[in-house]
Amino acid sequence: MTGVEPYMFSNLGTLLLLAGIGFTARVVRRNRLWREAATSLWRRRRLALCVLGVYFAIALLDSVAWKGGVPVDAVGVLPNAPYSIVDRIFLGTVEASYSAPFASVEFYGGSSLRNPGTHPLGTDIIGRDVLYMALKGARVALLIGGLTSLIAIPLALLFGVGAGYFGGRFDDFVFFLISTLASMPGFLLLIALIMAMGRGTLSVCVALGVTSWVGFCRLSRAETLKLRELDYVRAARVLGVSEPGIIFRHILPNLAHLIVITFVLMFSGLVLSEAVLSWLGIGVDGSWGQMIDGARDELSREPIVWWNIAAAGTALFTLILSVNAVGDAVRDVLDPRTQGDAP
Amino acid sequence: MSPLLEIRDLRTAFPGARVGRGRGEPVHVVDGISFDLDRGEVLALVGESGSGKSITALSALRLVPKPGRVVAGEVRLDGKNLLELSVGEMRRIRGKRIAMIFQEPMTALNPVLRVGDQVVEAIQLHETVARADARARTRALFAEVGIPDPEERLDAYPHQLSGGLKQRVMIAMALSTRPELLIADEPTTALDVTMQAQILRLLRDLQRERRMAILLITHDLGIVNELADRIAVMYAGRLVELASRSDLLTNPLHPYARGLLAAIPALATPGTRLHEIPGVVPSASRWPTGCRFAPRCSERFEPCTVQDPVETTRPNGRRVYCHAVAEGRR
Amino acid sequence: MGAYVLRRLGYGVGVMMGVLFLLFVMFFAVTDPDDIARKALGEKVPPAVIEQWKTNHGYDRPLWPWQDLDDNLLFDHYRRMLTFDFGLSDADDSPIIERIREGMGPSLSLTVPLLVLGLLVSIPLSLLVAFFRETYIDRMGVFLCVLAMSVSTLLYIIGAQFLIGKMLRWFPISGFDSDLMLLPRFLALPLLVGIVSGIGSDVRFYRTAFIEESSRDFVRTARAKGASEVRIMTRHVLRNALIPILTQVVLAIPFLFTGSLLLESFFGIPGLGGVMVDAIQSNDFSTLRTMVFIGSLLFVIGQIATDLSYGLVDPRVRFK
Repeated sequence: MTGVEPYMFSNLGTLLLLAGIGFTARVVRRNRLWREAATSLWRRRRLALCVLGVYFAIALLDSVAWKGGVPVDAVGVLPNAPYSIVDRIFLGTVEASYSAPFASVEFYGGSSLRNPGTHPLGTDIIGRDVLYMALKGARVALLIGGLTSLIAIPLALLFGVGAGYFGGRFDDFVFFLISTLASMPGFLLLIALIMAMGRGTLSVCVALGVTSWVGFCRLSRAETLKLRELDYVRAARVLGVSEPGIIFRHILPNLAHLIVITFVLMFSGLVLSEAVLSWLGIGVDGSWGQMIDGARDELSREPIVWWNIAAAGTALFTLILSVNAVGDAVRDVLDPRTQGDAP
Repeated sequence: MSPLLEIRDLRTAFPGARVGRGRGEPVHVVDGISFDLDRGEVLALVGESGSGKSITALSALRLVPKPGRVVAGEVRLDGKNLLELSVGEMRRIRGKRIAMIFQEPMTALNPVLRVGDQVVEAIQLHETVARADARARTRALFAEVGIPDPEERLDAYPHQLSGGLKQRVMIAMALSTRPELLIADEPTTALDVTMQAQILRLLRDLQRERRMAILLITHDLGIVNELADRIAVMYAGRLVELASRSDLLTNPLHPYARGLLAAIPALATPGTRLHEIPGVVPSASRWPTGCRFAPRCSERFEPCTVQDPVETTRPNGRRVYCHAVAEGRR
Repeated sequence: MGAYVLRRLGYGVGVMMGVLFLLFVMFFAVTDPDDIARKALGEKVPPAVIEQWKTNHGYDRPLWPWQDLDDNLLFDHYRRMLTFDFGLSDADDSPIIERIREGMGPSLSLTVPLLVLGLLVSIPLSLLVAFFRETYIDRMGVFLCVLAMSVSTLLYIIGAQFLIGKMLRWFPISGFDSDLMLLPRFLALPLLVGIVSGIGSDVRFYRTAFIEESSRDFVRTARAKGASEVRIMTRHVLRNALIPILTQVVLAIPFLFTGSLLLESFFGIPGLGGVMVDAIQSNDFSTLRTMVFIGSLLFVIGQIATDLSYGLVDPRVRFK
């Protein structure tokens, strides 16, 4: 197909994501157990959820891009490149080099800026607004955490539930596969995969996915083995319910709470791992990890340039903290042991 | 002679389910229990699950699991109120003057310690004895409770013993300090029938030899017949009848007690339908006003759903809490 | 028990075979030897030199057994890895095994104290927090742990280097010295960072284990016997909770050898972690292969050791 470019996938993906969220919201509202869980979660972690909401909104704004409609005379702007909503807010704000937050002159040298006083977090080494870079990092982080989980979890379910339910040769194969992958220290395997596949966003996501699915695969396999022997599942089998029917109607819903918990817990681990990968030079472009890595030797300059790392570090920390806080609450809310009796 | 244990108006509550932001209303699972236990006497506390009998026993030892706590009443051991003691003083009572054995022998023992050591610990917590002496005492105790090969069993781990043997170990551990009172919370419920009979016989023999008082918690009236001198029947956190064994088993006054006895399959005429008490036990958060058994009672009349039942005492210390009995309708 | 050990070992061997196969696919089948050669030698090098380099490093032969049964890279790869014949580094032609031997010492000098000190700090802290469970101390403790866990290790390292190394000047920012008397100064900062960055997740994990064990029936029995809360915690709960904790510790032992990538790199410690980082940055595939192989081997050994250690600690496993 001619004319298909990456930004179109991004737009499509955003649409699908919003559709998916709407669908999930409908399902949750209909089901009493999930609805109560959601309300309980909201009550416990209002602040963290709002923070996550803000990050999500920023990432969404950065995912919708189109060409054209840009002022031609603005600095550093290409007339035929796609720009997202976030991009467009910051178009033409590029300076020449470092500047401190809200400064009107350059940091080293003191020549005046093109847009004095308009950079709340200063600019980086090639003059880009640091706030802008930090905001763009949100999309990258959510992509790494979210997209990778969305790949890893279904993969893990496919192999785990399949192995647990059908047993036999397939189970042996899956078990061997899991054992082999699990025997390679996660981080080493991650690095090896990225080196082998070449650097870039896609290979990082794939590598992260391959190294993260194993844990949940093992878990879902163990749970499926347990669930398969439950009386009501055996009853369903005896009654003649088809295999896929049993899997989708009895086994998967019982794994749903584990899926949610795993997703949230995986998320922060993935984002933190990417930060380290960026520092090694094999991460994703535009991530906060890259900002932190680049900022490292800025701290040894005289006088020091601190806003870069402060912005990226704070953005990263706030996201991870919120995810962890919500993750804890999700686990408490969905733990079948704490789900009380009917009032 | 004053009673060994006097419980007066004991109330133990758990926080209720939260509604919105606030804490829930406290739920009194034990709601005003009073009874005495004499030295050397066996009192059976009988009730269905949810009646509050286990929590009553745990309250006496101040072992109510959090977030529950005793909120009112007295528990007097030889006149002294246990609820007012300091933590240290209470610890000296637990395991020494009052011992307790539990329902699940499978999980009640620490799996990584040898059973002999666990009994030795019970002894050494309250007496200064050399380890060798404590071990010797344990060996003797094992023999006394009917554990074969006691010497070898001292070094066994719990998972190497059967349920019955584990329960015997628990009994040995409880008796090791010669307590005046043994609280047995459903000691045979988790065991098979033959084991049940043996353990019951063991408890009876030990009780007689040592003149030990036993507070026996159970839902099984069959067990009660074997061991008890007096029986206290609980329903929904309250006492409904307290009588001697023979009185209660031959002529129960409270409708609930009558229903319980009538429901025993062994007493039914073959070929007839088993008697059942209609309805279900109300949940602790939604207790009915007035007599809590009223919704299920065939003798129910006007005061029952309005007023708490009044106490009727009979000459031999028998107590019944029922409007129908009080008004002489029964 | 003996049969179990054998079976476990057998499975471990099988898994290592799988790992080696995966490594082969990743580093030989997927990557192009010409690229590797060019990265090592430079872009403008004549083809003859590239061919020579490939022959030296063994990249010029057919990949699969069905291409040539006697001389193919797959069998060669297996044979060499299993005999620990690691060959030369793709980047600078140094023998890999030498780098490994040199790097092990410094790695161990950091990771062993880190493990020991980490345990000495985390376990009492988690005991404390678990002892006061459901109180403010517990809630505050958990909150602090989540806070600590949310900070990227990178930030800890940079922060420590900047604040303590540069501003306060208590310890050197980086460096290493083989002299045991001078070494502690250089290890102080990495040890501090290592402990602090791990404390959050460690304490949470141990706390969960302690609280789980605290709610078991045998604790109630111990209380009914008249044991004090302290005694219950230290004699009953700790003993039982040690089982899952020990598993964690034994699993961590293999990593003592491979070192910490971040800590070694940032703090200039010439250990195996640094070897890995260099290999990544110079695209040194042969070293990378070897390091991943060794890491996996140690990990598998660690897992087997963990399984076996269960038998030592948990009497339920020891006596069937």
